[in-house]
Amino acid sequence: MIRLAFTIAMSHLLSRRRQTLVSLLGVTLGVAFFLAVSSLMQGSDNDFIKRLVDNSPHVTVYDEFRHVRPQPAHLLFPEAAVEIRSVKPRTEVRGIRQYKEKLALIADFAGVRVAPVLVGQAIVTFAGKDLGATINGVVPDLMLRVSTIDEHFVAGSLETLASNPSGIVIGTGLADKFGVRMGKNLTVTSPVGVVRTMKIVGLFRTGNAAYDDGQAFVLLKRSQELLNRPNIANRLILKLEDPDLSPSVASAVETAVGYKSQSWQEASQDLMSLLKVRRIMMYSVVGAILIVASFGIYNVISTVVLEKTRDIAIMKSIGFHARDVLVIFLIEGATVGIAGSLFGTGLGFAMMLGLSRVEVKTPFNTEPTSLPLDWGLFPVALGIGFAMAASLAAAFLPARKGASVHPVDILRGAA
Amino acid sequence: MTPILRTEGLTRVLPGVIPVTLVEGIELQIARGEFVAVMGPSGSGKSSLLYLLGLLDVPTSGKIWLNGRDTAGAGEDALANIRLKELGFVFQFHFLLAEFTALENVLLPIRRLGTLSERAARAKGLQLLESVGLSDHASKYPSQLSGGQRQRVAIARALANDPSVILADEPTGALDTRASGSLRDNFQELAHGKHCSIVAVTHDPSFAKAADRILFLVDGKLQPPDRAAELFNMSAR
Repeated sequence: MIRLAFTIAMSHLLSRRRQTLVSLLGVTLGVAFFLAVSSLMQGSDNDFIKRLVDNSPHVTVYDEFRHVRPQPAHLLFPEAAVEIRSVKPRTEVRGIRQYKEKLALIADFAGVRVAPVLVGQAIVTFAGKDLGATINGVVPDLMLRVSTIDEHFVAGSLETLASNPSGIVIGTGLADKFGVRMGKNLTVTSPVGVVRTMKIVGLFRTGNAAYDDGQAFVLLKRSQELLNRPNIANRLILKLEDPDLSPSVASAVETAVGYKSQSWQEASQDLMSLLKVRRIMMYSVVGAILIVASFGIYNVISTVVLEKTRDIAIMKSIGFHARDVLVIFLIEGATVGIAGSLFGTGLGFAMMLGLSRVEVKTPFNTEPTSLPLDWGLFPVALGIGFAMAASLAAAFLPARKGASVHPVDILRGAA
Repeated sequence: MTPILRTEGLTRVLPGVIPVTLVEGIELQIARGEFVAVMGPSGSGKSSLLYLLGLLDVPTSGKIWLNGRDTAGAGEDALANIRLKELGFVFQFHFLLAEFTALENVLLPIRRLGTLSERAARAKGLQLLESVGLSDHASKYPSQLSGGQRQRVAIARALANDPSVILADEPTGALDTRASGSLRDNFQELAHGKHCSIVAVTHDPSFAKAADRILFLVDGKLQPPDRAAELFNMSAR
């Protein structure tokens, strides 16, 4: 029966060649634009996430706890109503206790690289000008394994710190504010009053103004001395081979070391939500193109149903079932949908190829970059699925009308 | 001998503010291989009776037996299956599908039934076209055929699944005298040669004369044989 229904459906579509072509063109363009736009949007999302993932730690262990530690009285009497008054917290040195052991523990996790950091605030002075900066005490060779900062150096490198214990690496933003270049000495004053003179051994430019204006790198030992926190690190930075595993690794690390461990997804929840909203908006807009295209299919099949009412009556009098008639018209919608999807996919890929050759110059890249595109199959599957759903939905209404034709009403009228 | 088609108290009333009775209390028996003509003035319910007998319409009351089977209460799909296997229709205006050739039109019911292979179906379709003298016109489209030829294609299509009964509604209505005569011969051959029962609604007395029996409908009611003969003689004058 399907073969016969297909033959009849084709004869209907070919009898309205021009209208069929117009509706086919609608679906083709709809699918093509759906692919090109969603590929561009998905590509930019992926690019954004890649930059986010590459330029920030996958997991960060902080010197704080996710939940306030319970008082011993609460632990002793879990069912009782305990009231504790005049609690005086013990003054503790902030930081991750025994960080070297914890570092070794985390380093044993499969596919994980880890580096310690002591982060603190300091005043940087040059020629009577004072500016606040965040001092990151790092172990250069470990830091280079978990960070992409070396890709952003415009002069010197992080490794230079190892051979210059009094060296400091600053961003070009901070350097410009002071009007200094490589080799100049800066005075660094910590909140605990320690003052050190440090020589600029590296300059970086990430393109993030806040980062370039306010971050500085020194040796971990130097920052411990500067901040008067010997043998302390207050951050452990983790880089994973598979960034998607960050939430589970963060959870495992938190269980193992006790300190708050935050994955990049948790740290960027607002951005991820924004991307999600942006994706929903994009699919809504691009999907609307296909909905408009489906009106073309509705139009052609409605016309065929109207024109072929007598044929439907004849077929039913011969012995065709109502569902046979429904299937015939649904095949017409599906045929336009399938053909439109195929042509649209071809055209969409051609458009994507064209877009991939468009070169854009950004202020932070000397070389022109191409538009980020996603060549994954998901948008193709989604576009085809959407086109088919829209085509079948558009065909269903007139098909149902055709299937409900009462042959006697038509034959009586025709006679 | 069991009749191939039998009705009992067949009535069809169109509902509405003023209900319209199309046919009323039809008692009818058609034997196998019998050629029956149904006559009557316009609006007397001839076509309505044919649609009821063809299971295209559902009676308000009364019953229809086809091959001894009570068709009352059968669902839409079951009725469609009966039409496909046991009934054949020929209408006043050929009603062929314009996008299909003569052979493809004849093949429609065979393909829908789906019991024959494509090769066997085509062979049968060609044989049917040959039986109505159109073997040379198999690949022609309806627009390339004359009125009489189209009607003969419609007969071939009606015979496609070897039905027990052919129902024809004014089959000669759009034909000239020569084509009408040829069609009349075809029907006689079908009834007496192939034992296919034929119920044909007609206004044409010369066509009706070829039938084994003439029924006459007036205001939806079947007239007794004496009255029918009288009315036929009046119409033939």
